[in-house]
Amino acid sequence: MIDSKKFDPDFKLLIASEPGGENIKKCFSCGTCTAGCPVREVTDRYNPRRIIRMAILGMKKEVLSSDFIWLCSSCYTCFERCPQNVKIPELMNAIKNIAVREGYLPSSMKSQLDLLASFGRLLEVTDFENEKRKESGLPLFQGRTEDVEKILKKLGFHREEQDRG
Amino acid sequence: MKNKIEDSPQKPEYTLFLGCTVPVRALNYEISARKIAEKLGLQLSDVSEFSCCGYPIKSVHRYGYLLMAARNLALAEKRGLPLCTLCSACCGSLTEANHEIQEDEKLRKQINEDLSEWVGLRYEGGIRVTHFTRILREDIGKKKIAEQIKADLSSLHVAPHYGCHYTKPTSIYGKIEDPENPKSLDELIEATGAHSVQYEDKLQCCGGGVLAIDEQVALAMSQRKLEHIRDQQADAMVLVCPFCNVMYEGNQRKIEKVFQKEYKLPILYYPQLLGLALGIEPDELGMKMNRVKATELVKKINRRTD
Repeated sequence: MIDSKKFDPDFKLLIASEPGGENIKKCFSCGTCTAGCPVREVTDRYNPRRIIRMAILGMKKEVLSSDFIWLCSSCYTCFERCPQNVKIPELMNAIKNIAVREGYLPSSMKSQLDLLASFGRLLEVTDFENEKRKESGLPLFQGRTEDVEKILKKLGFHREEQDRG
Repeated sequence: MKNKIEDSPQKPEYTLFLGCTVPVRALNYEISARKIAEKLGLQLSDVSEFSCCGYPIKSVHRYGYLLMAARNLALAEKRGLPLCTLCSACCGSLTEANHEIQEDEKLRKQINEDLSEWVGLRYEGGIRVTHFTRILREDIGKKKIAEQIKADLSSLHVAPHYGCHYTKPTSIYGKIEDPENPKSLDELIEATGAHSVQYEDKLQCCGGGVLAIDEQVALAMSQRKLEHIRDQQADAMVLVCPFCNVMYEGNQRKIEKVFQKEYKLPILYYPQLLGLALGIEPDELGMKMNRVKATELVKKINRRTD
């Protein structure tokens, strides 16, 4: 049962003030996004029209704490087709950015941040890889890019801080 | 801005942006792209300080993504060269950041304040970002490619997979081609002499974008396309993104196991297909590194002796 007294009418405004979320209020629930969504074709756990509706209604906690906001594959099919230019993949990113600030960071995303801080990339180029590169006549790779760690630290994504969260 | 080959006596030069996946998991893509570039007179310069494009943190911290992208763009700008990516997600992410930084003066100022203070770099918005395949299609052109074909690929039927970030969103790429009916990869395939196979859900996403979040969903998305391509009895799938490859080739065995099917569908990077057509030996195109062996496909190719 949905209790409308628990709705937060300001949630849509919060999303609209987030880069990428500006056009949320333009959505008139036509369902073009859901109809063409390749994720929706294989699982009914992801339904962009439903998520946007929930957000507009103000179901803040349900949306931010959900797994489904993370299931957008960013294929941009709906982005191109939406008659209201809601820019759904960007809207989902805006919602995810808010969710992260509210403490909902999926463990897989946390691991990706750790890898980026450690190696400047998602995959480490180890001696083994460099050996393979050398054998293939490819230039050797500098495995570490400390600038990325600096940037992530400045933004508050230092690993120790994450561990506390 | 364009580096049309015939316009300039010098080799057109780009910085080569490899991203995360290519230098570790797609050496065959890198090897074949470099080989093709050499053959067609493109110069690719390496920038060892390049990092991840920033795309993976866009969903976590949008401004952080823009900073990471801007840092890479600043490094390319220092060399005064356009930036060429092999990965479509890198291309999309860097193009989007480039677009925003160029359009939004306030954002550009903020980014440069932080970049210069934190890592000693500035980006003024002066470079072009493009995909290796776009360079082949637009800067070199199918005619010039067709002129250099040395082998007969006319018995090959291959299925193009465009992937999402190679054509979309048009708000950042501009109208380079219709995302609902793209033609560039089909045309590049036909330019090699091979046939481009049409199949159901040709424009479907590989699912790579949700692999880290929900593997089962991602695998189910890839499986559908493998099924549709098998229905057309194509010799291979041809693609231009290392992450799409992770899904269709890297995870093909897993998909076969989970869905109790057998595909054994070779997955070629476009530069590999083009390389075969240009008469380059399969070994020199990293074909040994293809997990699903393309031995049968290679056997079908007739080498011209002229």
